[in-house]
Formats: sequence, structure tokens, C-alpha cells
Amino acid sequence: MFASFLLPNLWLAAPEIFLTVLALAVLFFGIHSEKTPVSPARRALLFALAQCALIGCAFWILLESDGQRALTFSNMFLHDLLADFLKLLICATMSVIFVYSRRHLAERDIPPGEFLFLALLSTLGMLVIVSANHFLPLYLGLEMLSLSSCALIALDRRRAEATEAAMKYFALGALASGFLLYGLSLLYGVSGTLEISGVAMEISAKAYTEGLDRLPLVFGLVFVVAGLAFKLGAAPFHMWLPDVYHGAPTPATLILAAAPKIAAFSMTLRLLLGGFFPLAADWQQMLMVLAVISMGIGNFVAIAQENVKRMLAYSAIAHMGFMLLGLCVGIPENETLGARQIAVSAYSASMFYVLTYVLSTVGAFGVMLLLSRKGFEADRLSDYAGLNQRSPWLAALMMIFMLSMAGLPFFVGFFAKFAVLGTVVYAGHYGLAGAAVAFSLLGAFYYLRVIKYMYFDAAPEGASPAGLGATPWGMKTLLTLNALAVALLGIFPHALLAVCLTVLDVSF
Amino acid sequence: MPPAFLSFAIWIPVAAGLVVLAVGSRRAALSRMLALFGALAGFLVALPLYIGFDATASRFQFGETSSWIPTLGVHYALGVDGLSLWFVLLNSLITVLVIVAGWRSVEKRVSQYNAAFLIMSGLLNGIFSALDGALFYVFFEASLIPLFLIIGIWGGPRRVYAAFKFFLYTLAGSLPFLLAIIYLRVQSGSFSLPDWQNFPLDHGTQLWLFFAFFAAFAVKIPMFPLHTWLPDAHVEAPTGGSVVLAAIALKLGAYGFLRFLLPIVPDAAQEMAPFMIALSLIAVVYIGLIALVQEDMKKLVAYSSIAHMGFVTMGIFLCTALSLEGALLQMISHGFVSAAMFLCIGVLYDRLHSRQIEDYGGVADVMPRFSALFLLFSMANAALPATSGFVGEFMVIMAAAGKNFWIALAAGSTLVIGAAYTLWMYKRVCFGAAASEKVRALSDLSAREFALLLFLALAVLGMGVYPFPVTEATHTSVAELLRHVTTGKIP
Repeated sequence: MFASFLLPNLWLAAPEIFLTVLALAVLFFGIHSEKTPVSPARRALLFALAQCALIGCAFWILLESDGQRALTFSNMFLHDLLADFLKLLICATMSVIFVYSRRHLAERDIPPGEFLFLALLSTLGMLVIVSANHFLPLYLGLEMLSLSSCALIALDRRRAEATEAAMKYFALGALASGFLLYGLSLLYGVSGTLEISGVAMEISAKAYTEGLDRLPLVFGLVFVVAGLAFKLGAAPFHMWLPDVYHGAPTPATLILAAAPKIAAFSMTLRLLLGGFFPLAADWQQMLMVLAVISMGIGNFVAIAQENVKRMLAYSAIAHMGFMLLGLCVGIPENETLGARQIAVSAYSASMFYVLTYVLSTVGAFGVMLLLSRKGFEADRLSDYAGLNQRSPWLAALMMIFMLSMAGLPFFVGFFAKFAVLGTVVYAGHYGLAGAAVAFSLLGAFYYLRVIKYMYFDAAPEGASPAGLGATPWGMKTLLTLNALAVALLGIFPHALLAVCLTVLDVSF
Repeated sequence: MPPAFLSFAIWIPVAAGLVVLAVGSRRAALSRMLALFGALAGFLVALPLYIGFDATASRFQFGETSSWIPTLGVHYALGVDGLSLWFVLLNSLITVLVIVAGWRSVEKRVSQYNAAFLIMSGLLNGIFSALDGALFYVFFEASLIPLFLIIGIWGGPRRVYAAFKFFLYTLAGSLPFLLAIIYLRVQSGSFSLPDWQNFPLDHGTQLWLFFAFFAAFAVKIPMFPLHTWLPDAHVEAPTGGSVVLAAIALKLGAYGFLRFLLPIVPDAAQEMAPFMIALSLIAVVYIGLIALVQEDMKKLVAYSSIAHMGFVTMGIFLCTALSLEGALLQMISHGFVSAAMFLCIGVLYDRLHSRQIEDYGGVADVMPRFSALFLLFSMANAALPATSGFVGEFMVIMAAAGKNFWIALAAGSTLVIGAAYTLWMYKRVCFGAAASEKVRALSDLSAREFALLLFLALAVLGMGVYPFPVTEATHTSVAELLRHVTTGKIP
């Protein structure tokens, strides 16, 4: 024990360390004076470094992934298959985002060094969250993610909206962190440990030996769930989301919209399932309420949006609600023989939902970034009018992403909804399932509206033919692959579903 | 292993559609040729289904089963029986006709237009041949997308409204159906339709499943109070869209009744039959009267479609061998007749860009060949004996007479109302004085249009005189279906 305290097993955290070192290198090489513009060569170097950091980190994770559960840093840092899988996907998502954002940053004179460094730092925060087995690193990762995201939002500091969005994000994020910390401190008070898996054991043991005083536990739990809902962007804790999505520069919005959802999902899973599963009956009810309110508010309000970023923000709220459905039906109330199997399949449905949502969202924002020019953000719905005439290919890609998010076959979003609904019906929550499908009908409307603009409306007079030729080929190819993945996973969803199932089966 | 003709019939048109899409609209001539080639290939691979079909067997034929999504328990299971065989054939054929019909009249985004029809053709074949509930649903919902785009892109002035109404109406109907599918899977442990047909269900469950199925399929047919999307969709859709909508898409609802509702919830179906028959009679009489007062030709044919589909649902819920076969025959016949009617209206619209009846008159003087064929189709729409329209309606009326005189009487009124609205429209369009100089300058059918309509005319007459090939194929499957319905399945 003593030895391990002195010298923790750094090898398990090696990918994170690698990422940190390269992130610092990006910061170092990115330093430049405000007066001179960044040279293209330096830009290329910084992007190459950042991509190296992510890809290297991903490879390292793959390399040392052995499916074994291992702890290090005094049981604070957990290494298991779930962590590896989610970290891999976070790195991949960030890497794709960097490719999509590159041109946008160059055209807007946003300093690439700062942007990439902060983005890598937020990635590091997510990786720490995913691996946290202790309240402390969990909070550490969360703050690293939040603060660097906050700076990312404000990076375009000449725009008042961006600064405003950053302020909102910071203030509300701090409030959410406060909620979370307060809840965790209460739970610490009852269980006497900060270790997530230890909390569960303490609670079970207490319940077995001396009878459990549920009041402080549930009281703390309410705060924890509220904090998590803030981070997930689930209603009624969603107020920050639309303004922040809208105000932030599009690449920062993309970063907020994609990878952190994976991290937040992991945090929810680790805390609620890993730490508080003896209290499942309580938090499942809370999640149910959150899920229904999120789907309702998200889908209803999205209909009224004229700004695509705001629309996607409300759609994100609705999607998080749908994802929560899978989490709140996982553990059946009477422990039957196949209970574990049911729970695992429910959580894997939720995980599948998050992953497919991230895949589609990244693509939708990618199209937005591809269309945008200096002084033209392509974030109003009317900016998409007649896109099919100007660029059938781009319109088709956007249509694929929209249809997938609307949950229509043969796109992956359909099977995500199908899998989650399956577990909801399996658990006997017919009312929840009914609400979910009713709200998806609402959702279909606003996604179709984007298609209406692109396909049914004529291009406005004098609109430039979307110059796909002027965009870097890497971005075009990647966006096409992204859409292809959405379509192909929609036809063959089994592989990814099976991976989600296996990962959760091994890890819990 | 025999060739997977059903898979070919689904995926060859889809693949052809993607190829056409890739060719792009700049090379319009090439994309048209490729589309025609793809549609013909799709029809040719569907032909062996008819040739190799064993009409004496009630089991599913040309079956293909493989595991598709094991994690969700979904199989890629295909097969046809007497109920679905003709729809696959009809759909593959109509696709060819639609591509040919759009040859000259569609000039905007040609390749997207043809691709949408090809992809939809494949998806519709998938619906008719799916034997797995989830697979059926996937095709069922996916087929909305191409039709939504067809109405919205190539449609008339109110196309956006019509496209959204069509999409959201049908989606709203199909979502309860989705829950029903998942519920059945949870209860029975499989998505397989044959399994569901033998799975016992208690009365209350059957009743709510009935309404879930009803929501999806009654909207699609459409049945009386849920029909309001159809006139809008028809009026705004381009000719090809109307043809596919009337000839194939409406049949999906009735097919769903035959494939899901009757065999899976037979007791609820029996219980609700009087209600359904009442709704069907309202469709036949009331919607027929509405058709009478229409000023727009397309709207008139749209309402007449609803009335004809009322006959189909009545035949289905009368639930005798005669009425079911009559309903199936009526569906196939309506597929030809409504396609022909919409093509005829399309021919006029291409020339004058109007569908208002009052803008025409005296067309017979300037377009004799067209008027002759149009008359034949109008007669078939009014169910004149020796046309295909007559046989099915006659069988359904006979079956109704066997049950209840008054039902038969009300149903029989359609022979009068149908003749009235169709022939009155024909009279106002083709006879009398020309409404304007433009009408007097109309040119008769081109060789392409003539061939198209002549082909349909032969089909309509052929089915009217010799319906045996259709009834032969359906006979055994209908008997099997009736066996399911009459035994019931309350445990």
C-alpha cells in the first residue's frame, strides 16, 4: 500500500499524460503576438500537433486496453473497458471536430493555438471524468471541462454574444457544480467515503446491518441529479443551453454539443449506477420526470426556432431526455433472474443513443461549418433555402443527419430510438413509451422543416452557389464519411449495439 | 439455394436509384435511360415470383430468413403469399410506367425525381414482402421519405403544406403501431409475423392492439374520418406521385389490415367489424357524394379513390372468402384504374397546366385517341361490367348481400354515384363546346403516352374479362386467413 502511494501506476493514465504534454506543446507553439497574423505554416503545425495528441492518445488507449478493471492513484482513477471505449470515442469525436473547425477558425482570425489548447484541455477533462472512481477526480475533470469550455465560448471576444454566452455558461455551470458538490458532500456524510464504488457498498451494508435513514441520502441525491441534469442539459435545468449554443462560435458550439455528452453520460452512469444503485428506485423516478420534461420542452420549443443552432440546442435537450429513458428503466423493481441482463441492455441502449446522437450532431454542425463564410454563419434556417439547387451533395448530407435525428429508418437514429423504446416497453412503462413516441412526432416536424428549406424552397436571388470546391478536401471527405456512417449504421446497427452491450456487460 | 428474387425486387430498384442519383441531373438523358433500365430490371426480377408461385399452397413462398440485428431480435425475413404477391408485381410494374410517364413532363432535377421513385419502389416491395414486424415497420416508415420529397419538390403551389400534412399524418398513425410491434415482441419473444399470428392474446390486449393497427393503416388507406390528407396530397403531387400514391401507397393500409389486424387480433376485429363496415359505408356513400361536387379533376379522382378503398375495407371486415377476394381484386384493379386516371389527368395537365374541369370541354374533338382511352378508364372507375373495376365491387356487394340486405343496398349505391361523378366529369371534359382557344389547339397523345395508356387499358380489360390469375393466387391464402380469423385466439 505504501509503495503504491508513493508511486502510483502511471501507465494506466499514460494516454492522458501524453495528451497533456502535447496540449502544452500546442500552447507553447501557439504563442504569438496579436499584431501579426498567424502564418499558415504555424497553423498547419498546430493542427498537426493537436491531431497527433488525439490520435496518439486514442492509439495508446487501444494499446493498453485489455478489458481488465484496474485502479490507480489510490483508487481514484479507474481503468476498465467502458472507460477505454468512451475515451476512444471522445478522442475520435474531437479529432473530427478539429478537422471541421479548421477553416472556420482561419477565416475568423480566432487564434488557433488557444483554441486547440483549450479544446485539448477540455478533452482531458472529459477523459478524467470518464475514468473517475472518486468524487474528487470527477469534480476535477468536470471543472477542467467547464472552465476550458467557458474560455472556448468567449474566444471570439469581439462578439458581444460570445462573451454573454460565456458568462451565462460560467455562472450557471458554477451553480450546477455547487449543486453537485453539495449533494456529494451530503452523501459523503452518510457513507463516509468519497470513492464511488465504496459509496454503494457502504449504503448497501448500512441498509443490511442497521437500517437506512433514507432522508439525507435522497436529499443529497436530488442535488446530485440536478447537477448531472445541468451538465447533460436536461430540462428543467436546460436554460443555459440555447443561449450558449447560439452565442458561441460554431466550432465551440460543436465541441459543447458533441463529446461532453459522452462524458456526461459516463458521469451519470458511474455516479448513479456505480455509486447509488441501492437508491435506484429514487433516482429512476427523478430521471423519468427529467426525461419527459426534456422531451416535451425540447421538442416543443425547437419548433419555434428560426436559428439552426438554437434549434439544435433544443433538439439536444430532447435527445438527452430520450437517452435518460433508457437509464430510468434499467433496474426492475423486483429482482428477477434476468434482471442484470435487462439492466445492461437498457443502459447499452442509452449508450447507443448517445453515440449515434453525437455522430449525427457532429455531422449537422459540420455541414453548418462547411457552408459558413466570413460574415456568414449559415446558422439561420433561411440560409439553407434552396441548398439542393446549389449543392445537391451537401443538401443530401444534411438531410441524412436530420432524418437520423428525427429517428427515421434507414438511419441510425431510428434504431437508437427503437432500442430505447424496446427497453421502456420491456420494463412495462407504457405511458413513458407513449410520451416518447408522441414527442418524437413533434420532433419530426422541425427536422423536416430543415429539409423543406433545403429541398422545397427556391434559393434566394443572388445566393452564391455553395462553393464546395473552395473547401479543403479533408473536410469534404470526412463529412461524407460521417454521413455514410449514419446511413450504414442505420442499415447494420448490430455491430455497434453489440459493442455497447459487451462493454457494459464487462464493466458492470 | 434458389435465387433471392424478393431481395432482388427490393434492392435492385434501390441500387438503381442510388446510381441514378450519382449520375446527376446534368446528364438528364443518361439518367432517364438508367432509371428506365433499373425499373425494368426491378420488374423482370419480380416476374419469377408469379411464374414460380404455387397457388395451391398457403405458406409463405420465396422465403428468405437471416438474422439482421440479433441484439434487438430483428430478422431479415421475407416471403410472399397470395395476399402480397400481386402487390409486389403491381408495384414493380407501376414504377416502370411512372418513369416512362415522367420522361418528358419532368424537367426539373430529373435524376432526383427518378431516383426517388426507384428507391420508393424498392421500399414498397419491402413492405409487401416483410415477414418480420420490425422489418415491416422500417420499410413502412422509410417509404414516407421519398414520397414526402416527391410531393414537396415537384408538387403544385401548396406542395409544402400537402407534403407536411401527408408525412405527419402518416407518422402520427404509425407511432402507436410501433409501440404495438414492440409490445408484441416483448410478449411473444419474437418479431416474426407467423409467430404473432399464432400467439394467444386476451381480449383487452387485442382491443388496444386493434386500435394501434387501426391508427396506422386506417390513416394510410385512408378510411373516412382520417382521410383529409389524401385530397391535398393528390392535388399537389406531380402526376407520378399521384399514380404511386393511389396505385400502391393506399394499398399498404389495406394490406396491413390483412397481414396484421385480421390474423393477429382476430377477435377484436370481429368485434369491431360493424364499426368498420359503418365507416366503410360512409366512405362509399358520403365521400362519393363529395366527389360529385369537385371542380378539380385530381381532387375528384382522389375522393373516388377513398370511396373505392371504402369498398376494400368493407370487403375485409365482412370477412368471408368472397368479400376478401373481392377486396383484393378491387385493390389490384384500383391500382391500374387510378394509375390510368391520374396519367390521363397528367396528359391534360401537361398540355394546358390546369386541372379545373371548367377549363376543358370538347377535348374529344381534338384528342380522339385520348378521349377513347379516357372513356374506358372512366367506365372502369365507375365499375362497368367487363372492366376490372366491376369484378371486385360485385364480389363485395354479393358478400354484403349474404350478410345484410341494407349494407348491400348502401354499397350498391356506389354503382350509381360512381357512374355519376366519373361520367359527369368525363362529359364536361370531353364533350360539349371547347372552353377556350387553347383547348382547341390541344394535340393528341404522343406515341409514348399512347403506348402507356394502351397498356393500362389492356390490363383493365384483361382483368375485367379474366380475373382468374389474381383470384387463383389469392384463393388459398384467403382461406388460410379466414381459418385464423374464425378460430380466434383468446386463450
